[in-house]
Amino acid sequence: MGRYILRRLVQGVITVWFIATATFFAMHNVPGDPLQSDKAVSAEIRANLEARYGLDKPLMEQYFIYLANMAQGDFGISFTQQNREVNDIIAEHFRISAALGILAIAFAALGGILWGALTALYRNRLPDIVIMLLVILGISVPGFVFAGLGQLGVVNLNAALGFTLFPVGGWGTVSHMIVPALVLGLGTMAFLTRLMRSSMLEIANADFLRTARAKGLPANRIFRKHQLRNAILPVVTVLGPSIAAITTGGFVVELVFAIPGLGRYFVQAVQQSDYTVIMGTTVFYGAFLVFMVIVVDIIYGFVDPRVRLE
Amino acid sequence: MRAGLLAEGVVGGTRAPLDRGALLQLLGLGLAGVVGLGALLAVLSLWTGSGAADGVDAATSTVTLALSEEPPQLDATRTTDQVSGRILGHVMEGLLRYDARNRLVPGVAEIWEIGETSASFRLRADAVWSNGEPVTAHDFIFAWQKALDPANASQYAFILYPLKNGEAINRGQLPPSALAARAEGDRTLVVELERPVPYFAKLLAFPTYFPINEAFYRSREGRYAADAEDLLYNGPFTIARWVHGASVRLEKNQRYWNADAIRLNAIDYAYITSDANASLNFYKDGKIAMTGLNSENLRDALQNRWNIRRFTDGSVFFMEFNYREGRLTRNWHLRRAMQLVNDPAELVYKVIKVPGNLPGASLFPVWLKGVRGYFRQEYPAPTTRVNEAEARRHLELAKEQLGLTEMPSLVMLTGDSDSANKQSEYYQNVFKRRLGLDIKIDRQIFKQRLAKMTSGEFDIVMAGWGPDYDDPMTFGDLFASWNENNRGRYANAELDAAVDTARSSMDPKVRMDAMAEVQRILHEDAVVLVNYERGSVYVANPQLKGVVRRAVGTDPDFTHAWIEAPGQPSDLAATEHPSAEAEGHAGG
Repeated sequence: MGRYILRRLVQGVITVWFIATATFFAMHNVPGDPLQSDKAVSAEIRANLEARYGLDKPLMEQYFIYLANMAQGDFGISFTQQNREVNDIIAEHFRISAALGILAIAFAALGGILWGALTALYRNRLPDIVIMLLVILGISVPGFVFAGLGQLGVVNLNAALGFTLFPVGGWGTVSHMIVPALVLGLGTMAFLTRLMRSSMLEIANADFLRTARAKGLPANRIFRKHQLRNAILPVVTVLGPSIAAITTGGFVVELVFAIPGLGRYFVQAVQQSDYTVIMGTTVFYGAFLVFMVIVVDIIYGFVDPRVRLE
Repeated sequence: MRAGLLAEGVVGGTRAPLDRGALLQLLGLGLAGVVGLGALLAVLSLWTGSGAADGVDAATSTVTLALSEEPPQLDATRTTDQVSGRILGHVMEGLLRYDARNRLVPGVAEIWEIGETSASFRLRADAVWSNGEPVTAHDFIFAWQKALDPANASQYAFILYPLKNGEAINRGQLPPSALAARAEGDRTLVVELERPVPYFAKLLAFPTYFPINEAFYRSREGRYAADAEDLLYNGPFTIARWVHGASVRLEKNQRYWNADAIRLNAIDYAYITSDANASLNFYKDGKIAMTGLNSENLRDALQNRWNIRRFTDGSVFFMEFNYREGRLTRNWHLRRAMQLVNDPAELVYKVIKVPGNLPGASLFPVWLKGVRGYFRQEYPAPTTRVNEAEARRHLELAKEQLGLTEMPSLVMLTGDSDSANKQSEYYQNVFKRRLGLDIKIDRQIFKQRLAKMTSGEFDIVMAGWGPDYDDPMTFGDLFASWNENNRGRYANAELDAAVDTARSSMDPKVRMDAMAEVQRILHEDAVVLVNYERGSVYVANPQLKGVVRRAVGTDPDFTHAWIEAPGQPSDLAATEHPSAEAEGHAGG
């Protein structure tokens, strides 16, 4: 177990190094750079700016300086938010994305498991058909549509009620989180519902269920202890990457609901060629994703005794 | 799905007893889940603070608004963008400032005298920083030296070049201490100018000219302006709370020398989002007092029967040609042909369709002031009437001169926004239909577009220009051969001479005649094809009064705004936006 975790961690570090290297060179190969601005500057000021940010050095030298700094956990200073360290940006805004993401994933997991089990229970009957139709919608409609519709729904709801039930956006109280988290979790919820449904049905004709029934166990117990519990396994597997995807993929929801999360910085940094923020957020998210996958693998060992961590 | 269908037959027999029990179990599980979610919410709420108020609050004199982005740079010596400029314009004050009617009025300077090559300022005794220290002449000198110091790498250093030795300092030829500005005691500031600068007074209201308290700056050890407590304020407001990426709250500065004239207690930028529809939703919900509109959500606003306001925001958009060696667009006949089929009115009224935009007639927008009145009234822009036959004749001449039988396609560099797409596709169509000219659209995101503009990888580029100061020169020197922003590298000795005259003469008539000469050359030589002058449309809460919209300087300016108690007759519509009215309708 200890050796397994260690090996996975070493693999993870190599993966993160690879992500950092690929991002670094891809970024520098895109035309344009963070020092370009609306108003052109003289060659002298341009040179001063380059010196200030170390962009005057050869690319390989920049790369090694960058790796050395990264190893010490220093991602440098943002080009667009010129007085802020990338570390501060990640620390301040990731916890907001994380809070939103945790809530969204909780919605998604709860909804996905319940709806999935329900559809399997009522397979090919009305509840199944209705829910699966909604699931297809949930998977195929992009997030920004849900975000826009969700916000418009809140506006109309508040107008109809005459008071503010849910805020239209912003960040501050628990009530600010609910609608964005629901919107953010919808896609994943739909995906998990489908996964849960097929997993439930696959298990329905498993040998051990037949054995359990043959032994004369009560149907309720079979459902809860044997079918449901086994069917959740695949859901747990995808939960890790889903958490990472949701906490990193909240860009649109954060934009629409004016939430100061990290997703916005992640996307806008690319548009603005903000080198340090691109590197900081990409490496951070990469490491986060790798870490979540490892965590899930370890948890898997506990949930399913058949999986041995060696 | 297939697994589901296959499985059905196998367990079909046990369906009925399983259903109810299982359903109850699921319900129980769901209930437990919801309780769990509630607990999770309670935990998550520990992470966060309090909510925001309504758009306008008459009781506390607070106006709540949204920002399109986090202010990127509040160090006045290095700031370049509009959002930072808007915040700084409320929390800082230069020697002079603009009043509600866009007139220059005393700021920190009480009395001033500007001569041909020198200027002196008497600072008011009651101008203080938010820590109580007086604003002194030294604070200005320190800030200016900082802005010009090459190590500071300020992109707006050029605006300080009128100060004697300013340019040499910025180019590293002289030390910052060589700046020809000196303090005579704390309250008298004397500066020498490089050359006569007819519009020097107007520069003094610009953020790069704002003062900085040296002791405070040094005490922040490189963190100056990084957070609300890393700034000292001398303007009508201070930043009370700045949550990065989330909100910026300005509160009235009780130590401001003219605090009695400030009626708002707080300007709360409670939301930050660049999504125009989201802003409109905040406005609909009454959470913010004002929001801009675009062509998509304009209809929504019309249906709600809101009072839609507009003003000319000062920017001019145009197509700029590339004059680098080897470019076809160096050929005058080719440019003239394109000029003869360009119909800005069609673009503005049939393509862009946002009220408030004006069809472009000249690089000099209608709101610029001339000798006595408006420049464009004193010097009307030369006009072009669309003439396809004449245009085709010029195209033939161009081919002849270039020795081509077929005109190759031209590359049009443009941004990636919706409106940029619309416009470039419109022009692609116009040049194809009216001239048979092929245009290849090169769509690029912001920084890449700028990189290509700088390196000259285009034949035509869709560009724009916003004014820095309130003088025709802010547009007039754009195509001077030495200007770095002249991306097509246009060079014309005649135009350069006219710019030189206009920037060194102190006689308004001589200057404006020279600017008119620039206007004539730009048209006759088909240097640029002007598309439109941008207008902004917006909606605002009717209780919010006295907001100033302007083309140059802090915009929107809430310094002299106030909130009317609800239910009062709003009979002040006429005086509400004095400058907006004046500018919006001038020449239009």
